[in-house]
Amino acid sequence: MTSRPPSTAGAHPDPGAVPVPSPGPGAGAAPGSSGKRRSLPGAGLAKGLAVTLRTMTRRSVTEHYPDTQPELPPRSRGVIALFEENCTVCMLCARECPDWCIYIDSHKETAPPTAPGGRERSRNVLDRFAIDFSLCMYCGICIEVCPFDALFWSPEFEYAETDIHELTHERDRLRAWMWTVPEPPALDPAAEEPKEIAAARKTADKLAAAERAAAEQPAAGQPVRPEPSEPAVRPERPGRPEREGDA
Amino acid sequence: MDVLDVALRLVAVLVAFLTLPLLVGQTEHKVMAHMQGRVGPMYAGGFHGWAQLVADGVKFAQKEDIVPDGADRRVFQLAPAVALIPYLLVLVAIPFAPDGGVGQAVDAGIFFVLAVMGVGVLGSLMGGWASANKFSLLGGLRTGAQLMAYELPMLLAAASVAMAAGTASLTGILDAFEWWWVPWQIIGALVFFTAGLAELQRPPFDAPVADSEIIFGAYTEYTGLRFAFFLLAEYAGIVVLCALTTVLFLGGWHGPFAADLGWVWTLLKTSVLAFVVIWLRVSYPRLREDQIQRVAWTGLVPLALLQIALTGVVKVVIQ
Repeated sequence: MTSRPPSTAGAHPDPGAVPVPSPGPGAGAAPGSSGKRRSLPGAGLAKGLAVTLRTMTRRSVTEHYPDTQPELPPRSRGVIALFEENCTVCMLCARECPDWCIYIDSHKETAPPTAPGGRERSRNVLDRFAIDFSLCMYCGICIEVCPFDALFWSPEFEYAETDIHELTHERDRLRAWMWTVPEPPALDPAAEEPKEIAAARKTADKLAAAERAAAEQPAAGQPVRPEPSEPAVRPERPGRPEREGDA
Repeated sequence: MDVLDVALRLVAVLVAFLTLPLLVGQTEHKVMAHMQGRVGPMYAGGFHGWAQLVADGVKFAQKEDIVPDGADRRVFQLAPAVALIPYLLVLVAIPFAPDGGVGQAVDAGIFFVLAVMGVGVLGSLMGGWASANKFSLLGGLRTGAQLMAYELPMLLAAASVAMAAGTASLTGILDAFEWWWVPWQIIGALVFFTAGLAELQRPPFDAPVADSEIIFGAYTEYTGLRFAFFLLAEYAGIVVLCALTTVLFLGGWHGPFAADLGWVWTLLKTSVLAFVVIWLRVSYPRLREDQIQRVAWTGLVPLALLQIALTGVVKVVIQ
């Protein structure tokens, strides 16, 4: 006779099987208290039928993908997009890439000195930025290490090719994917202000204070100091939502 | 009874034989899918995959027909026909409407039907033996064991109905049917239906074709159209089993407006039972080989005997 399974209905109420043996009437109460665990023969079979029937009346969970696009969560890892205006060709992404699938070519351009006798300014110009998606393992390390917010995850996933060589996508394709990068999720209600906005507000406050101070002391006759032409924050960049906090 | 009448009846039976199993198959695709939260075939034919089985048939027809080197060629090639044809023959004898709504009324209908249904299982046995493959042989042996075990309760349950009606003719049984036979014969109905499922090797009694253990049992070596015939035989078997259960235990064409709509009642009851067959397949895991035997010998046979005793007692009391 098997001891544990509730198949031996009511034959020998096993005191060990009762969760809390009632202290009062003793063994006589055991069948009543353990009766909940023992059910009619075939109850399990009926339960199985009920589960499948209930599932049949519910909507199926199938994604009808080629007919309708899936609703992907905002941080899906579909493909890596490049915001090339932000790229400074620091090569960090290419060097951190575990399977070396990022190709970057650049050259240096020099700008004439702003002041006479000054030093020439030089800057890197991106010539080629390509990711070989037949090698990429979607680890996202390049995105993590980019110090200038030039790489992003895009949920776009339909970029299969018939030839493996065509999976190396160049900068124009990567730039175009930038448009599919979703807005970052909103900040929590009591969250700290994003740094850019905080910096902008600080500058604006400072300017307003200076203006007020200048207006209060016109008697001094000093000429109003010219305002700085550019605020201390980076200008708003086109085609790119705010991406601070990395929520 | 002229030639035209016979031809018409045979054509009607043939059409039913060719369409109803496919209908059951398609229903199984869709019902099983939805019971598992899926949608099933959606593309073939355009509307919810209604032509999926037609597409399957076309695919099967295109495949190469392979006979293994070591196989017993004749028997191997004959087996699918042996599995399929009996169900067509059974369908001829099943009444679906009152007053001659039957392909051919057979006097000892119950015996004819059960005997011929048993022949269908021989197809699996032949295929299993002739394939020269250990999986096929195991499947065939299991099929044989299952046939032996479940034929008895099936016969006993059918005998109970024959006792109640006092005739072995299917049309005679339906003519004698009263509504209270349903509760009276309910145990027999359950036994008959379960045993029929087991003879068809439908889940949860599908150990003979258990794909995770013995590939596909007796059908392992089959390809193309012959394989399709075995599958078709399974669905034809479902139709025949459900129709037989309807006729024997659920009153067949009896129902409101039976004179005109008798065939609708038969079809309706049969399709409800076919749904149950699919439902059971989705809900239950496969029984082990020894469990299958135990269900038959310690469960169904005593229950069938009990039903026969009950039928006898009630029959004597009401006379």
